Amino acid sequence: MRSIEGAVIEFKQLDLLANGNTALHRLDARAKVLATLFFILAVVSFDRYALAPLFPFFLYPVVLASAGNLPLRFIAARIGVVIPFAVLVGLFNPLFDRGILLQLGPFPISGGMVSFASIIVRAVLTVGAAVCLLGLTGFVAVCQALERLGAPRAFTVQLLFLYRYIFVLAEEASRVSRARTLRSFGRQGLGLASFGPLVGHLLVRTWLRAERIHMAMLARGFRGEFHTRQVSRFGGLELAYLLIWSALFLLLRFAAPGQWLGGFLLEFFP
Amino acid sequence: MHMADALLSPAVGAGVWAATAAIIASCSLRLKGELDDRKVPLMGVLGAFVFAAQMINFTIPATGSSGHLGGGLLLAILLGPHAAFLTIASVLVVQALFFADGGILALGCNIMNLGFFPAFVAYPLIYRKIAGPGSEPVRLSLAAILAAVFGLQLGALAVVLQTTASGISALPFSSFLLLMQPIHLAIGIGEGLVTAAVVAFVHKARPEILQAGPLASPRPGLPFSRLLLSFGLAALFLGGVVSWFASEQPDGLEWAIARVTGGEALAGQADGLHGVLAGVQERLSFLPDYSFAGRQAGEAAGEAALGASLSGGVGAMLSLLLVGLLGLILRRRTQAV
Repeated sequence: MRSIEGAVIEFKQLDLLANGNTALHRLDARAKVLATLFFILAVVSFDRYALAPLFPFFLYPVVLASAGNLPLRFIAARIGVVIPFAVLVGLFNPLFDRGILLQLGPFPISGGMVSFASIIVRAVLTVGAAVCLLGLTGFVAVCQALERLGAPRAFTVQLLFLYRYIFVLAEEASRVSRARTLRSFGRQGLGLASFGPLVGHLLVRTWLRAERIHMAMLARGFRGEFHTRQVSRFGGLELAYLLIWSALFLLLRFAAPGQWLGGFLLEFFP
Repeated sequence: MHMADALLSPAVGAGVWAATAAIIASCSLRLKGELDDRKVPLMGVLGAFVFAAQMINFTIPATGSSGHLGGGLLLAILLGPHAAFLTIASVLVVQALFFADGGILALGCNIMNLGFFPAFVAYPLIYRKIAGPGSEPVRLSLAAILAAVFGLQLGALAVVLQTTASGISALPFSSFLLLMQPIHLAIGIGEGLVTAAVVAFVHKARPEILQAGPLASPRPGLPFSRLLLSFGLAALFLGGVVSWFASEQPDGLEWAIARVTGGEALAGQADGLHGVLAGVQERLSFLPDYSFAGRQAGEAAGEAALGASLSGGVGAMLSLLLVGLLGLILRRRTQAV
């Protein structure tokens, strides 16, 4: 269980990463969103026993993290948070799928063990790619990219509102929660009887605040869309970025270069 | 209850994504048609509220563990189904991007499982039918609990269907079902109690807020929502069935062996192996057969298998090494600039 303050701090850290100014940060967000989507599709399109062909795909998150100057430890920590869930779900594979796939010396390797490892590698790859996307782009830019890729405006506008007020409300929730903890002894007082009114109050305050915000925004000329200072466009650089990555993903997906590499190496250094 | 990218096949992921995107589009269109322009900011702020409220825990009586609000049903009660669906979707977008709950491809499934069922099934078909605008707390709690349980059961069922149809997890359908449904029965009762507690409080403190919900969507249960419902279910079914066929076709151990090593080296010899492997399911009786078959089929098969897996493994390690090296060089360069 993570503390509310901890979650908010993590949130802000990830948000700050997007303020970097590398070539990757400057790229139009649409190119990065689409490339990440293609990456994830390519990774998950392998069947359940694929393990070795997944490894070359580490190219994508590693290149993004390195060229975008994202702190590796931070990304590893974010991935580490999610891995237990993947382990939990994948844990059943070795139990149910006991057919032996291959024999490594005296050790029989069952299909379930291979697919379990495959699930873990997939989780690391997909989560890593998503974290890198956000660290390089920032949430607001991702939302704008979604809108320019055709997502409805009502959806993206309220997504931006949501994002803006998460910080405010999470801090409020954390204060409320801390106050409740301080007034309760052990497990007494943390039950439903106090939770309902507590969250209810928060809800009523939130509601009234939303109305005030809306009036204030109307007074400043809000007409249902946000304006941004930076205007980025999808130019040749973005097209090249997208095409090169897509071609690479296709190559890694269908040509299995890891296999060649290994065969090549074994041939020369038997 | 969040689906993860690692468990999804592209057919299921993309299919459910398409259905979800269509529902988001039609909900947005409908909101645009409404005259009440307070709604979009309100949705955003309430989404942030659900996010914050999810972080506040409460203890569950008699179990010693703690739970938190899910929020789907609460949003549906406050905002009506269409706005609630969009709000839940955006909460899940933020969760997927910031906390890596689920993943980008799994986002479609998660929005469907956690948004569609509470907003378009449980709320209009159960909650609204039981709890009218001015109903007393007991009735309201009952409605909330039933609706939450029903919505979560459907959501859990959808998770099981999507996972099984994807075929990445080896968990059999029935075992997974037996695992998921009872857990989500308990979670549903908790969610219903919490939702009822919050709604009851708001009802006492600010009744006008609850009246805003039904007012904002004056025609509940109109054909459009039924159309949407059938469309969503059809898409779900289609996604499931289509990917079922897609994943059924190449299923076989020989294929798996070829894939685990990343090459096609075994394609020729696999038939004999497969015949032996297919007959025997249990591990104990299986091992001697394997070595026996290996000897019978000749050394070539065994060597090919070992060679293929060796080069596959070495290749994987080598590519990792190369990628790491490249990353190091890129980082050096980026930091030097």
